[in-house]
Amino acid sequence: MATVIKRNKALSVSPLKSSQTIGAALAFLGIERTIPLLHGSQGCTAFGKIFFVRHFREPIPLQTTAVDQTSAVMGSDGNIVEALATLCAKSSPDLIGLPTTGLTEAQGSDVERVVKQFYAAHPEYAHIPVVPVSSPDFVGCLESGFANALSRMIERLVPLAPPTLEVFKRPRLAVLVSAHLTPGDLDEVKDMVGAFGFEPVVLPDLSTSLDGHLGEGEFSPVTTGGTPVSAFAALHGATAVLGIGASIFPSARLLGERIGKPVHLFDHLLGLEAVDNFVHALHKLSGRAVAPRLLRDRARLQDAMLDTHFMLGLSRLAIAADPDLLHGLTDLAVGLGAEVVAAVAPTTAAVLERVKAQTVKIGDLEDLEGLARDHHAQVVIGNSHAVASAERLGLPILRAGFPLYDQVGGFQRTWIGYRGSAQVLFDLANLLLHENHGTVKPYRSRFAPSEESEYGAPASA
Amino acid sequence: MAQRCHCWVYDRSKSFHINLLAIGMRVAAGVAIRTLGVAMKQNDIAALLDEPACAHNAKAKSGCAKLKPGATAGGCSFDGAQIALLPIADVAHIVHGPIACSGSSWDNRGARSSGPDLYRIGMTTDLTEQDIIMGRSEKRLFHAIKQAVEEHAPAAVFVYNTCVPAMIGDDLEAVCKAAEARWDVPVIPVDAAGFYGTKNLGNRIAGETMVKHVIGTAEPSPAPPGVHDINLIGEYNIAGELWHVLPLLDELGLRVLGTLSGDARFKDIQTMHRAEVNMMVCSKAMINVARKLKDTYGTPWFEGSFYGIGDVSDALRNFAALIDDPALGRRTEALIAREEAKAHADLEPWRERLKGKRALLYTGGVKSWSVIAALQDLGMEVVASGTKKSTEEDKARIRQLMGSDALLLEDGNPRLLLDTVKKYGADILIAGGRNMYTALKARLPFLDINQEREFAYAGYAGMVELARQLALTLESPVWQAVRDPAPWDRRD
Repeated sequence: MATVIKRNKALSVSPLKSSQTIGAALAFLGIERTIPLLHGSQGCTAFGKIFFVRHFREPIPLQTTAVDQTSAVMGSDGNIVEALATLCAKSSPDLIGLPTTGLTEAQGSDVERVVKQFYAAHPEYAHIPVVPVSSPDFVGCLESGFANALSRMIERLVPLAPPTLEVFKRPRLAVLVSAHLTPGDLDEVKDMVGAFGFEPVVLPDLSTSLDGHLGEGEFSPVTTGGTPVSAFAALHGATAVLGIGASIFPSARLLGERIGKPVHLFDHLLGLEAVDNFVHALHKLSGRAVAPRLLRDRARLQDAMLDTHFMLGLSRLAIAADPDLLHGLTDLAVGLGAEVVAAVAPTTAAVLERVKAQTVKIGDLEDLEGLARDHHAQVVIGNSHAVASAERLGLPILRAGFPLYDQVGGFQRTWIGYRGSAQVLFDLANLLLHENHGTVKPYRSRFAPSEESEYGAPASA
Repeated sequence: MAQRCHCWVYDRSKSFHINLLAIGMRVAAGVAIRTLGVAMKQNDIAALLDEPACAHNAKAKSGCAKLKPGATAGGCSFDGAQIALLPIADVAHIVHGPIACSGSSWDNRGARSSGPDLYRIGMTTDLTEQDIIMGRSEKRLFHAIKQAVEEHAPAAVFVYNTCVPAMIGDDLEAVCKAAEARWDVPVIPVDAAGFYGTKNLGNRIAGETMVKHVIGTAEPSPAPPGVHDINLIGEYNIAGELWHVLPLLDELGLRVLGTLSGDARFKDIQTMHRAEVNMMVCSKAMINVARKLKDTYGTPWFEGSFYGIGDVSDALRNFAALIDDPALGRRTEALIAREEAKAHADLEPWRERLKGKRALLYTGGVKSWSVIAALQDLGMEVVASGTKKSTEEDKARIRQLMGSDALLLEDGNPRLLLDTVKKYGADILIAGGRNMYTALKARLPFLDINQEREFAYAGYAGMVELARQLALTLESPVWQAVRDPAPWDRRD
């Protein structure tokens, strides 16, 4: 529906985009006992690490192939082999993710070949899978890097032929999720799926790795939670594949083909209609009635919609986010009668055409600021960088997306499902309420005495 | 643990009995030693209820209907008095009583100020059990006034009486007088305890108190040449809507000496006796003020409304008609022509969206007809109007606007409102905030028209806001979303 307007500036000012590379790294951080190894210069990893540490307030396992000036020119294959061997020796991880960076992609580094070379040189590490991902930062954004990594994991870790099938106590559902889902969102997804008697296998599962839990061990060089690598092989036993977030639809289709199971795709789970569709699908898949708790949450969301439509109706929002989140938040807001007058995404994606706004601008937070100003937006939704934009606009902000570094706990907030959607509506409506939305500018009559002179300073005067 | 719990319960019940006894003794003593336990005398209340200028008076001598226990809605006299005066922005408003009166009501109204914020600070003596038993409440009040004066430097202090001090016989007037003498700040007793009667009575007591203690105690600065002084009585500046009207009055050369009480200052109220005309804005509640100002100072008054294009123009014309100044008349007509043209142009896009939509209006008094006109201005149809608080005169105007077979709802219980909505195919319920959830739970669009609302509908500019809010809820996609069955319940 939306017209997507391409980037038209040389300079990106107040960038909205986070790189594909760290998006791919994030996907690996949702797999248990894993370490992402960024193939690039050490700075690529250092910045990525700070990015995630500030967002999650957690130690983040992240390593680098440390491409230096010599290997940049002469070839970096040796760096990969050396780095993989070191990680395997030191940490014996269950999985190593190997996202590439702009530098090594431009260099033409053939990572797939080098990984084969590594196994040939180090047969003792044959049991440790390495998953290379092409994720240069000059293409896409965090969301697409995340999705690419997920596809590569499925390719590499889900066997072509079904292994001897275990007998599951409960039927399993493979749930593939996009980068826009937080650890809190994944908990909600698992609850909903579980309410229909399914055992969800979430790929990747940040809700058990980066949910901000205090673990037993003091230090771990690998992830302390997430989807077990062994779960990939067992996916053949899944009843169906659910994909949440348009960016991972290719991954979901890939998995569906590989295991020969039906695929159900959902753009997002924000707002009544979207969650209804999800619950309806689970209902049909399971043949079970919708659980009373879900019906209750649904009725509460409906009530929240009625209560908040007074504030959100005809309100004007400015949203900057990666495509899936932008699409979901827009649907939620438009479902309440709000208008998204400024929609900005860092990169293009097919889903942007489905965004319920006049236009979606591919751009930065400066673009958001300009659009918000021109179209008299009342609230900004964006990441922590957008706080400064909101301040300059004199508007309140709802923090969403990556990174969230000026608050604690934002990373695990639940946005989706009946409950999460209701809370987002409350928060947005409250921002509008607190801005004295709709009230008249104070006016003093030209005949009125000035407060100081005529009334004097009472009591003490 | 269980034993301790038991002891506590036992102690509480014992002390409770002691309290009741003590109160009983004090009340008895109050009646004997002072004049009466209740501070405001029965005949004072009767005099306030007998309001000759009120059209309700023609029907029953009592003026206002008696309350029915078990079937009564609406606020008490304290509530009414506080609502009427709280918007006076530079006054310290002290509620004298235990916590419930202030605790449940402070800072919950939409009246706005262009200057001081003092009125929004809740102040109460928060009387304790011991204060009441030991007779320390008057002393506490005296110290409370001291604290308010010393820490907040108010232009004046208003002390609101409540049920408990009224019953135990606190002498509010004496304490206020002593405090005023001691700190040289006007301290005004507002004796409208809850059990005196309805909210409406509280409004009148508030007005009466202003007439008795405040109006006429200071002189305004001389008006610039050609400028006429007026008052707006019963204008509370809800959501700042006075500021939609004030620029128009400024342009016409009408100086508002005082409002009762939106965005007012204490000194404004003191000078209200010098107005050339008083307008009773949208409320019969303080009709006694208009009448007394007429009796005492000969100020003519009229009743009007700032809701709806026609009504705003009528109000402006009424000022011009009552003030003998041909230049004002000409200015008024020019302004009306200009503003009406602008308002109609601004409303055009909204009219398209609202045309033919049907509304059920349930609100009180003047609004029961003034809002009808406003809705009709927007091309909407009003299927019925509530008339619980309307006078015969109000009803006549409703019939004039809606036709002789207009449906008038005397009683507005939620069931009846919803049934009427269904029966007459109304698209929206327009009523006070307390009916909001009746509508929402029935999945029915709703617009809040009473005091708690946060949007300003007065004046020409307010009409556009009204149209916007109507379209906002009527066109909202949420209605479909909450009415549709869940996908798993659909038969297809």
